[in-house]
Amino acid sequence: MYDLIIIGAGPAGITAAVYAARKKMSLLVISRDIGGQAAWSGDIENYTGYQFITGPELAAKFEEHMRKYEIDLKETEAVTEISKTGEVVSVRTDKGVYEAKTAIIASGKRSRELNVPGEKEFKNRGLTYCATCDGPLFAGKDVAIIGGGNSALDAALQMIRIAKRVYIVNITPKLGGDAVMREKIEKSDVVTVMNNSQVTAVLGEKMVNAIKIKREGKEETIAVEGVFVEIGLIPNSEFAKGLAKNEFGEIKVSPRNETNVPGIFAAGDVTDVPEKQIIIAAGEGSKACLSAFRYLSEH
Amino acid sequence: MAKKVKVYSTPTCPYCIRAKQFFKDNSIDFENIDVSSDPVGQREMVKISGQMAVPVIDIEGKIMVGFDKEAIKAELGL
Repeated sequence: MYDLIIIGAGPAGITAAVYAARKKMSLLVISRDIGGQAAWSGDIENYTGYQFITGPELAAKFEEHMRKYEIDLKETEAVTEISKTGEVVSVRTDKGVYEAKTAIIASGKRSRELNVPGEKEFKNRGLTYCATCDGPLFAGKDVAIIGGGNSALDAALQMIRIAKRVYIVNITPKLGGDAVMREKIEKSDVVTVMNNSQVTAVLGEKMVNAIKIKREGKEETIAVEGVFVEIGLIPNSEFAKGLAKNEFGEIKVSPRNETNVPGIFAAGDVTDVPEKQIIIAAGEGSKACLSAFRYLSEH
Repeated sequence: MAKKVKVYSTPTCPYCIRAKQFFKDNSIDFENIDVSSDPVGQREMVKISGQMAVPVIDIEGKIMVGFDKEAIKAELGL
């Protein structure tokens, strides 16, 4: 039995792991990926110590830091259940069951899906949730970005440099996000902003060739080869069935990162902590580990 | 004889970076095809994988989409 199981290896999980390793806690980290959303970010200019670093670079630094220590790490494993019986926390994954005295859930968030016909069929066939990864494949093509917040604007800024035409399909009456980004986008002559517009289907044969949208009651079809879905994030908290969550599905935590189950802690974007930032997630990971350490010394 | 490995990637995708690092760490020679700047390579990638996400890894004709370390290890006998 481990002292601590950490679920997730983004900024929160990795920071918790570094703290745990330094406290010589026996430790298992289970994660689907390394770096979490930080690895998918574009340019980062607000992580103290780095005036400029890209998401993949910062994620690589995090990973390197964690791997400096001897840590049991189960990569590409998905957690399906967490429960506590007596003093034992059990974590079930798609590959096995692990036990520990404490756990930290740092499983982050993932992209929200459109839930329209064609989305699943054309995923990776022109439809993508990662502009940073797949954006360059659409150089010289017509693309649609679905969404109107900062992540949509970020994707649009990446694409206006390389795509032929960029449609921004936004469900609200006007674009949200930061004014600086919005101004850059509205200045570009390859952008068409379509407000009050809802995507109703993704069309194509082998690959995407169009989207169907509904604007002010009317349906229209726009020919595009790329569709970037940027409509926000949902917490990876479904497996944590017995834990208290807020209306968004985020796990409720105390200022000490305690959940409603003693011995199970949570940190970062999967929680109801105000503000989702890499530096906040990292700080929360450190706090959660110190709370788990304290819990172990008291039990 | 060592199997021939090709990685179709973009410079920014995290799993591309991880895949390439994995091959380097295991001293496996590979050919990197940057599909963001090589349209011929991009068409080839779409043709062999039937899709457009990166990375695509080609190990001696065995096509894998994404970075699945265990599958790569099995394929290379690591």
